[in-house]
Amino acid sequence: MVQELAEVDKEIDKIVGKYQGDRSALIQVLLEIQRQNRWLSKDALKQVSQSLGVALTQIYHIATFYKAFSLTPRGRHSVTVCLGTACQVRGAPRLLDKATETLKIKEGETSADMQFSLDTVRCLGCCAIGPVMVVDGEYYGKPSGKEIDQIISAKEIEP
Amino acid sequence: MPRLNSAADLEKLRQQILDRDDGKRVVSVTNGTDGRTRHSEVVVQAFVSEIKKQGLAGKLIVKSTGCHGFCEQEPTALILPEEICYVGVKPEDVPEIVSQTLAKGKVIERLLYEDPVSGQKITRESEIPFYKSQNQTVLGNNRFLDMKKIDDYIALGGYSALAKVLFEMTPGQVIEEVKRSGLRGRGGAGFPTGMKWEFCRNAPGEPKYVIVNCDEGDPGAYMDRSLMEGNPHSVLEGLLMGAYAIGTHDGYIYVRAEYPLAVENVDIAIRQAEEYGLLGQNILGSSFNFKINVQRGAGAFVCGEETALIASLEGRIGEPRQRPPFPATSGLWGKPTNINNVETWATVPLIINRGSKWFKSLGTERSKGTKIFSLVGKLKNTGLVEAPMGMTLGDIVFNIGGGIPDGKKFKAVQTGGPSGGVIPERLLNTPVDYEELSKLGAIMGSGGMIVMDEDTCLVDVARYFINFLAGESCGKCVPCREGIYQMLKILNRICEGNGREGDIELLEEIGETVRDFSLCALGRTAPNPVLSTIRYFRDEYEAHIRDKRCPALACKELIAYYIEPDKCQACLICLRNCPAEAITGDKKIVHVIDQEKCTKCGTCLEVCPPRFGAVTKLDRAKVPEPVRQEAAVIRK
Repeated sequence: MVQELAEVDKEIDKIVGKYQGDRSALIQVLLEIQRQNRWLSKDALKQVSQSLGVALTQIYHIATFYKAFSLTPRGRHSVTVCLGTACQVRGAPRLLDKATETLKIKEGETSADMQFSLDTVRCLGCCAIGPVMVVDGEYYGKPSGKEIDQIISAKEIEP
Repeated sequence: MPRLNSAADLEKLRQQILDRDDGKRVVSVTNGTDGRTRHSEVVVQAFVSEIKKQGLAGKLIVKSTGCHGFCEQEPTALILPEEICYVGVKPEDVPEIVSQTLAKGKVIERLLYEDPVSGQKITRESEIPFYKSQNQTVLGNNRFLDMKKIDDYIALGGYSALAKVLFEMTPGQVIEEVKRSGLRGRGGAGFPTGMKWEFCRNAPGEPKYVIVNCDEGDPGAYMDRSLMEGNPHSVLEGLLMGAYAIGTHDGYIYVRAEYPLAVENVDIAIRQAEEYGLLGQNILGSSFNFKINVQRGAGAFVCGEETALIASLEGRIGEPRQRPPFPATSGLWGKPTNINNVETWATVPLIINRGSKWFKSLGTERSKGTKIFSLVGKLKNTGLVEAPMGMTLGDIVFNIGGGIPDGKKFKAVQTGGPSGGVIPERLLNTPVDYEELSKLGAIMGSGGMIVMDEDTCLVDVARYFINFLAGESCGKCVPCREGIYQMLKILNRICEGNGREGDIELLEEIGETVRDFSLCALGRTAPNPVLSTIRYFRDEYEAHIRDKRCPALACKELIAYYIEPDKCQACLICLRNCPAEAITGDKKIVHVIDQEKCTKCGTCLEVCPPRFGAVTKLDRAKVPEPVRQEAAVIRK
């Protein structure tokens, strides 16, 4: 059965086109859509399914297997706390508590105003400066409670 | 860029680069992922603009390099040829470094590393205790290379091993040389590299594939990231030689999603190598062709396992499959495929250049060469360490790592990532090689070493790793999926003070089943953290189960935070900072923690001024009754 699409997303067409419809590029295609839209909508998955000729169930399988993908919309700013072993023994759980408290959302959640998402990751590979927090791709080593507040409020007023 | 059409062209280019840079002072600034957390990019920019401002452009060279190893002290600025090493460099230090050191060769005392033991300032990088006992062969070139410039690599003799292989050696001779060197896979299992290549070369089927495994998923390990960021050409050169030896024209590099800078730098490296004709058709004018695809992972620890990695490359979910057939006979798209880890590939050019005899002269009888370890956790000096195989754990932890900070006691070192094991103090004289670590119930793995002090609870550590593995098990086979989950449930209840008599034996039994019957290495090694901690720290398990006590005072449910009334100065700091509002008291009234409300976050302990030291951790059963109100008033 051909699934009807509400609207064809030209950006997704462009991404699929870049990989010349190569089915083995499925993960790379999804990664690019994820990066652009910050999540994978049902319509996006349907469109990829049609243009690559891969069953929607298989795409769903992949989108739920790998951690880089999200099937719910994510916030404008991403806050990630590393829970790798080195960060763990140096107090990452407390850092996560602090981030949870400041953002008022739990790990894996997005704030109601769609401003922030909070995630954890198992090692970012910069263990010597741990515990590490990443905000929109910027790395912070051993941030204090005060610094976290400053970083977050700077993001809040960002245009 | 000119295309290089022969080994002589490469040699000529090398001479041109050397002539161009001859006699110029160099400043190498560490600007990898860890340096960037401390604004190393601004430091690099400051050097570039300051040099221009002081009219020294063209006389000095600024290099933006990967990690040199001592990540804790980054950003560092290494000035060559004098080897003057400045640590913790800030943008505002740059004008002085340029005018004093770069222009006049004068050393700025205050920016030097100070040895915490002797209190002495150390000028030369190689004299710093952290580097002194190391033997950096694979990682060592990072300090001489701008991460994004192929010319720096060529100046160091880069790609000459490739030229030697293409024009002076047969594929068989290359394999023979790697076999003779005794090089074993640096990714974990330690399989002999030359033999792996030979299997793939002899396997029927065309085309064949070679793959770089940069899915460095072990938490606490980042040697592959540092090589990929800081010296991507060494990986490409190794891969090219492996491809020539095996007889393939297609290579893949699979990089973890969490390593954006590694992807960026390897993409640039590939483009530059293509422009010089070191990749693509008729490499260096020979008949050898090779192209490389870079693929990003999507976040799955199990994809470090080779069959899962191949499935992921094919665009499927990363589930491992039964071996045999091994990838050497049936890998990517069912064709013969050879996978090696980043560090393994990066070692090959050194072996070809310096010879298998040199490589064999380092290390132990069965583990040759040097190995990079990421030495992290509760240590004075954390960073990447490269040492010959066979150095003892104690030498690595104490001589290089400087021991444990804050006067705490060493407790254990965990090697080999989540599937590795924990090694106690009495075994610190064990030489580090593949066999010795296996004997202790640990593994070499990719080389992660996490040091733990007396404040670490080993039951909690086992729970941490099992929790990680429970989330990363792909779910395909029952022993791994269900066994790890059951172990997690048991460990959770032990840490929460609900452990039962017989739980230790049950953990052992499940652990052995998971180890013996899982499909892939993830499951087969998953019980290691539990089995090794039971083996060496059984008494800690027993204390949790029988006495409902955590000897390290780490397991939240078994401890309490307590303010000692005679030490409390009623300064209000903890009271104001407590996120749970569990602390009562007032000015001049001793503060008390309401144990019912306390979430045991530890904030009070952290913020209590060290000169008071009034907050302590206790067994939850040992919390004294709060003092009476009138006694709680401080009269001073």
